[in-house]
Amino acid sequence: MGNLRLLFESPVLLVQLLLDGILIGAIFALAAYGMALVWGVMGLINVAQGELVMLGGYAAFYLYRAGIHPLFAVPVAAALLFAAGWLLYRAVIFRVVDKDLFISILATFGLSILLQQLANTLFGADVRTAESGFGTLFLFGGAVTVSRIKLVAFAAALLTGAFLMQFLRRSRMGQAIRATAQNPRAARVMGIDTDRVHAWTFGLNAAICGASGALVAMTWIVHPYLGLPYTVRSFMIVIIAGLGNVAAVLAAALGLGVAENFAGFILGAEYQAAFVFALLVAILVWRRFWLARERRYLR
Amino acid sequence: MKAPPFRHMAVAAVLALALLVPVLAPAYRSQLALLWVMIVFALTWDLLGGQMGYNSFGNVLFFGVGMYACVIIQRDAGLGYFTGLFLGSGAGALLAAALAALLGSGILGLRGHYFAIGTLGLGIAAGELASGWQFVGGGGGMVPPLFPGEVGGRETFFYYLSFALAAVTLPFLRWLYASRFGLVLNAIRDDEDKAEAMGLRTTRYKTTAWCISAFFLGLTGGAVGNLLGFVDPREVAFAGSTFGVWMVLMAILGGKGTLWGPVIGAAVFHLTKELFWTYLLGWQRVALGLLIVVIVVFFPVGILGWARERWPERFGHRIDEAEAGP
Repeated sequence: MGNLRLLFESPVLLVQLLLDGILIGAIFALAAYGMALVWGVMGLINVAQGELVMLGGYAAFYLYRAGIHPLFAVPVAAALLFAAGWLLYRAVIFRVVDKDLFISILATFGLSILLQQLANTLFGADVRTAESGFGTLFLFGGAVTVSRIKLVAFAAALLTGAFLMQFLRRSRMGQAIRATAQNPRAARVMGIDTDRVHAWTFGLNAAICGASGALVAMTWIVHPYLGLPYTVRSFMIVIIAGLGNVAAVLAAALGLGVAENFAGFILGAEYQAAFVFALLVAILVWRRFWLARERRYLR
Repeated sequence: MKAPPFRHMAVAAVLALALLVPVLAPAYRSQLALLWVMIVFALTWDLLGGQMGYNSFGNVLFFGVGMYACVIIQRDAGLGYFTGLFLGSGAGALLAAALAALLGSGILGLRGHYFAIGTLGLGIAAGELASGWQFVGGGGGMVPPLFPGEVGGRETFFYYLSFALAAVTLPFLRWLYASRFGLVLNAIRDDEDKAEAMGLRTTRYKTTAWCISAFFLGLTGGAVGNLLGFVDPREVAFAGSTFGVWMVLMAILGGKGTLWGPVIGAAVFHLTKELFWTYLLGWQRVALGLLIVVIVVFFPVGILGWARERWPERFGHRIDEAEAGP
């Protein structure tokens, strides 16, 4: 709690934490938007979301080690993960799309454990990072420091999001995806191959997770067990923002980034992960009581 | 209904075999002790997941709370080894049940996937909290006191202890499922809104069921902490991606919503796991992850569910040839 007093004594720290939180929030927003997409179109909660982020991070790391600047690794990681997502759909996901939610949650949870262990066996348990070499920016006479990579990652995340939105709005496949989200049966009647749409949706989701993972690898670190917090953050953002509302997803993600940064500072970094998971429980319970007043419950 | 004498004989044979394990196969005592623990895991998960239809991913929370409470009492109370262990396990079980009661009204109001993911968050949050809290040893965890007896006595003692746990849990749940309480749980699973409309206070029943499950898990936690000889917050006590998932998986593999399904599932799963550890060393965790996906995707009805579809008469179902009316 000593840090709390520190916060009041030097308000410039507030700026620092706020800025950091907003910058990392954009990366959370990417994975969260992917989860909302899959949830809305396929009715499936993908617990392996964070593992896709992790794989994107490793893609960026290995490209970096091959001598490619990690920023170029972002599109490459996205493309690789698109293929991986497509394969995962064709191998496993399509079998659980129509089953009840518990089966699909458990199946994707199993997938997440499988991917974690695969990464642990193939890539090793070491903590890796893809150095961008961008250096640090000093503001307010050095009182606030922002590593440039965070700014770049913020911009890249927004760019990726905008690109995805345009794809969903303009392209033929994007229209088919939105049609399937609105009413799968009607979409099928209209001649849309919903199975193909689902494969594309899952691939796209994996691709944006891959992009976000590459940014994570540049900004922080990657290791095989990094996934679950990203899954939980995505889930939290989606239940706050609702499905298919991009502005709300972005706002919730930035808010979460800021909240997490403040919690990490005030409670100490060792409790930051605990804060994320406890916040999830708190939000769910709060929503339950809020809805119970109107005699409704979460569907 | 009177059970056929064959069934009595089978139960007696299994009991005798289980009691004689330390004599017959002393090398496997620790493995088999864990088997009984796995059976308790699967049974307590099935109380909610199978019978009540609330699929929890965070029941490992109560296991961890029981384990920590027991080891803290053993460390700080200054009692003898056995007194400390038994008092600690009991206190851990009560604490776990109290925690379930406290969390119940909030968490059990969630439904379906919100409950599943909320409990997942709960289990992991507890692990993260424990690994930041210095009083309980932080990330390094804790070490329970050493077993005072002679060499080899430890394994035998914990074998019988975990066997006793399983041997108490199973008949208790059998009695519970046969009672009115069990029927209410099934009513909640089938249609909670209707059950509530029939005048059942569903939240109260749900919370009680969770407390029962938590009680047995807390009791097991104390024993397992001492059996394994160390308490690690993320890898042992609140191990969501091992024990936490295995509970669910074992119940599903055996057939959820049945009494014996979790027992069978736990036995099959534990055996498979040990075989993986023996023959696929280095890849055993990958193989286990693959196994989870395969079971969930291809075999969600479970062994007993499959058997019930195959031989319905043996399960007391009458096949009605007439078409069912609307």
